[in-house]
Amino acid sequence: MARPERRGSVKIVVPVKQVAVIDDEVELNEAGTGIDLDSVDSTLNEWDTFSVEAALQLRDASGGGEVITVTVGDARASEGLLTCLAMGADRAVRVWDDDLGQTDALGTARILVPVVEREDPDLILCGVQSSDWRSGATGAALAGLTGRPHVAVVTKIELDDTVLTVERELEGGLIEVVRIAPPALLTVQTGLNQPRYANFRARKLARQKPMETLSLGQLSIDQMAVQAIAGSRVSTLAPAESGSQAEMIVGDAHVVAERIVAVLKEKIGTTL
Amino acid sequence: MSGVLVVAETRRRELRDISFELITAGLGLVQQGAERLIVAVVTEDAPEAARSLSVRGVQEIVTIAAPVEHPQSAVSEQALEALIADLEPDIILLGQTVDGLGFGGSVAARQQLGFAADVVAVELDSGVPVARCSAYGDRFTACVEFPEHDCVLAMIRPGSHEPATDAHEVPIRELIVDFDPARVANTEHVAFRDPEVGDVDITRSDFLLSIGRGVRERDQLERLARLAANLGATLTVSRPLVDAGWAPASLQVGQSGKVVKPKVYLALGISGAMQHLAGMANAETIIAVNTDPQAPIFTVADYGAVVDLFEVVAALEARVDG
Repeated sequence: MARPERRGSVKIVVPVKQVAVIDDEVELNEAGTGIDLDSVDSTLNEWDTFSVEAALQLRDASGGGEVITVTVGDARASEGLLTCLAMGADRAVRVWDDDLGQTDALGTARILVPVVEREDPDLILCGVQSSDWRSGATGAALAGLTGRPHVAVVTKIELDDTVLTVERELEGGLIEVVRIAPPALLTVQTGLNQPRYANFRARKLARQKPMETLSLGQLSIDQMAVQAIAGSRVSTLAPAESGSQAEMIVGDAHVVAERIVAVLKEKIGTTL
Repeated sequence: MSGVLVVAETRRRELRDISFELITAGLGLVQQGAERLIVAVVTEDAPEAARSLSVRGVQEIVTIAAPVEHPQSAVSEQALEALIADLEPDIILLGQTVDGLGFGGSVAARQQLGFAADVVAVELDSGVPVARCSAYGDRFTACVEFPEHDCVLAMIRPGSHEPATDAHEVPIRELIVDFDPARVANTEHVAFRDPEVGDVDITRSDFLLSIGRGVRERDQLERLARLAANLGATLTVSRPLVDAGWAPASLQVGQSGKVVKPKVYLALGISGAMQHLAGMANAETIIAVNTDPQAPIFTVADYGAVVDLFEVVAALEARVDG
């Protein structure tokens, strides 16, 4: 890419997040400021499966290089990193401190800064957003803090030696083609590839790959610095008021079908 | 309190609707005691945009001349940093849009602003800003505070506020920004490409049978297309089916697809992410079938049923074939 000494190989950092899977069992934490993570399962954020896949494809197309996946999270997040390694990432880094407490996208980005500086990658690929808070801000914040050019909501990446050309998806399906100078950061949208599935055997083998766990202290991050940059504090989290005006159809599928047919007849004159 | 700054959004020289929704949010804050509302716009055609943005209640419109055509996030970032230095706002409102995502988080991090994304309401509580944000796919609502931040940037969800429309003369001022040419040149617009037009124009149909992730298997698509045809409906899809390569983007309903207003929208196996609802919430009659009683699609539906979609499909097939 832009750096001659790395010509023909590309080093990519992929920040990922392990997110809660919300189902009927979900409970709030005691403070009422978040969900109780012990009440739910967790999984690798959907957007991050696409960023990892994109990184693997770019690495393989460049004929070498390295994909390093990194997360900020407790032990649960190791499972997400393992998924990335099983997909084909070369190594993983998890940053955590039990004292960290509540932080947000900006705080997470601040924690990622020294990892990015240490790895000094050609490219950083983030998911557009995570399915829990959908802030869509961690990538942009990380780019801002590390002074890298960046493009949000990318659906296509073309990389040759010195030129990175991407497509970004705007509202209404409009596509904008943008040229960006590496080392850059992109946030990628779902659908830009078909993420490979990591089977049981691949997960087992992935346990042999390097997974590093670092504390904030080991990265020389002052916890006060993280708190200072974190932009918000959740005071309460509550189930959304549904506001649903829907008339719920009670009965089996045949009752539902009959009702649908009746509505179609009334609204558009369909006769079946 | 020195006030609220709204950053308007343009694309291809046109103001986007979100700009006027942000003004409504800003006017709400002024009603609650914020000192003033200032609207800024960065564009190649600043005078025209400024005239369009002249809405009653806005104190001043600040224009910044874009250094390039179709400016990228690096331009928006530098412009917003200059606006913060010039105006020292207490609250900044941007859209939670593709362009907004490009620079809101980076400026907030660099300037250590209070920050909240996907905000559906922002208010002053005893003069202090608080935001209401959606979380976990609209299943939860969070109240967010910004302790120890003098300035708060809130990214407002499109469609959460009605657009301001009350035109009124507003003073206009140009702010000269010394853009860093290297930073501007690092991301460069190459071209726009309009979405491909499919064989079927889904915006013209009175009856859409729309399917989503709940379909689970690609093999079922043919069956559902046949059912749609037999019912006299046009088949449409939500984003996951396009992402999976099962359906063309021209059939996609939602923020990144088409906005539709059919007489009847029958949603099978669509949970109803905000991006999908943005494309169909204005349909005349919405019928939603989903196994998850908490699915957000039910918040916009007129009729709902919590049942497996394929059982309903089988029952409808029996009616059509019978």
